[in-house]
Amino acid sequence: MNVAPRIGVVTFPGSNDDRDAAWALRALGAEPVPVWHAEPELPDLAAVVLPGGFSYGDYLRCGALARFAPAMEAVRAFAAEGGLVLGICNGFQILCEAGLLPGVLRPNVSLSFVCRDVRVTVERADTPFTARCAAGQPLTIPVKHGEGCWFVPDELHDELTERGQVVLRYAEPCNGSVGDVAGVVNEHGNVMGLMPHPEHAVDPLLGSADGALLLASLVDAARDRALAPV
Amino acid sequence: MLVRPKHGILDPQGQAVESSLRELGFAVAEARVGRVVDLELAGDDPAAARAELERMCEQLLANPLIESYAIEVPAELPAA
Repeated sequence: MNVAPRIGVVTFPGSNDDRDAAWALRALGAEPVPVWHAEPELPDLAAVVLPGGFSYGDYLRCGALARFAPAMEAVRAFAAEGGLVLGICNGFQILCEAGLLPGVLRPNVSLSFVCRDVRVTVERADTPFTARCAAGQPLTIPVKHGEGCWFVPDELHDELTERGQVVLRYAEPCNGSVGDVAGVVNEHGNVMGLMPHPEHAVDPLLGSADGALLLASLVDAARDRALAPV
Repeated sequence: MLVRPKHGILDPQGQAVESSLRELGFAVAEARVGRVVDLELAGDDPAAARAELERMCEQLLANPLIESYAIEVPAELPAA
């Protein structure tokens, strides 16, 4: 059945990829639903996307202030019930600061803003965010961030790798992330964050359509949930 | 509150400052860059203030994964 699953896109003060995310989700068959950061409750949704940008000016630490937004409390509850949550770039930073994903995003080792296409490798294709990919598949997706250097202590990186929580790794030097990690999921596999921007790579006209594989995987998974009997 | 990158955590900002200071001729062994947060609290109980500041650091001002913090409470309140 061709149902357009409702996927929320949260806009914080300073978000700037919310409209691109909504555009991409619609192009891939979802119904994007704008969610304002001050809303204490989420509407009926099959998934939530936290888009890129500079929420609250990135003051203090990236994502550190956004995690206190009323909508984030609702997202936390949504995730705790198994709801699908995808954080892109600043969204990834927010999920880490909120403790919904492991690690923290620090300034790039180069101290330079990096803005270009990067190659990443799919480590896990059995997540709701990568089901349309194959394990080991290379993807080309743009990054644009100053603080994308994902950090956890080495022991934690080993544990996360063993538990299969590392979903994407950079296939080339990008920002100094531990283990070249570009994207991780939580232990239950329903929350994912990544620094590359799949919403900017959904059409060959944009240089790559590889990002569509990730977002379409999310749309598929959201559609399954929307259709599942409650 | 003084918030610093923990020891052993790569600090690219500190490294950049360190190499610039060396270029200026200063004999710097290591530089680390953190942040200072000055807060004024109502009340006159330094112990209570310290406990409150600890909670602020834990909940927001420092990320315990990468940062350590130190709290300084002046014994005398600065003159208004």
